[in-house]
Amino acid sequence: MALSPGFADPVLEAQSAFRSIMEASARPGTVCPLDSTLAPPAPLSRGAAVIALTLFDQDTAVWLDAPLPGDDLTYWLRFHTRAPVVTDPQRAAFAILSRPEQAPPFDAFALGTLEYPDRSTTLILQVDSLERGRPLVLTGPGIKDRVTLRAEPLPADLPRRLAANRALFPRGIDLHLVTGSRVAALPRSVTLTDEA
Amino acid sequence: MAVLVEAERQELASLLAGLEPLPAHEIVRQPETGLVMLQGRIGGDGSPFNLGEATVSRAVVRLESGEMGFGYVLGRDREKARLVALCDALLQSESCRPAVEAKILAPLRERIHDEHRQVAARTAATRVDFFTLVRGDN
Repeated sequence: MALSPGFADPVLEAQSAFRSIMEASARPGTVCPLDSTLAPPAPLSRGAAVIALTLFDQDTAVWLDAPLPGDDLTYWLRFHTRAPVVTDPQRAAFAILSRPEQAPPFDAFALGTLEYPDRSTTLILQVDSLERGRPLVLTGPGIKDRVTLRAEPLPADLPRRLAANRALFPRGIDLHLVTGSRVAALPRSVTLTDEA
Repeated sequence: MAVLVEAERQELASLLAGLEPLPAHEIVRQPETGLVMLQGRIGGDGSPFNLGEATVSRAVVRLESGEMGFGYVLGRDREKARLVALCDALLQSESCRPAVEAKILAPLRERIHDEHRQVAARTAATRVDFFTLVRGDN
């Protein structure tokens, strides 16, 4: 089995990736760089692999969408992160979606509880582009006035889903949109506005 | 593996250098140092308990031909973990195995065996045989 290497410099690369992911989460809609030379097994994208190696460990159960579970990928994740791969999205701390346009309903994932809103799933959506696609106009904490984010592909009914997710606050899921080398986040705190 | 981990880093490096040219390989898991919890059992069959943590370094390398070698050594010597992993991978490769056996394992085994024998001999020299004199009653 061809097992591709992890980070060449595990400490520094994970730190700089963590910084980018944190920046993206703190300023929703901002696109942050995720540089790496990883060559993860298909169909995991390079950006999603960087997040996986940075955030996953033995305590974070991972759920993979339909085309992802494969021996190569499961083995790669387990080898480098020791994260257990689960089939029940309710139990997952992270979910990687290789086909975001076919994402299952968000309430299929763990939404956290009022006592422990942090026990919710973080969704990692592998998108093709963070420049094209329908503009999403965002407001909320971490955003000065408003910011526009574009990404594709995304679920067609994303605005409705995000509104429902926002209504659950402080419960709810967080989204990370990744391409091969960049990341943007839609945490549960963002509100979608229609006005441009 | 038992032979490899008892070797010194310098020793491994120079023996591996004698094996040139080495097949192309890449490091799958960079050498890293961590702690491993050691478990013990009282009396060999009692309930397990945590004895304490030991410092361990590990690395994983893969040869071009696909063999993966794992290196786990006690201590913080990460370079040694990498060399052990490389030897482990080479041992799995059909084409390299004889050379590794002859040029690395054999001399190491010889050296380690000699050392053990010397220690045993030194210990044996201090041996004391205890015996009880039988005192005659008559």
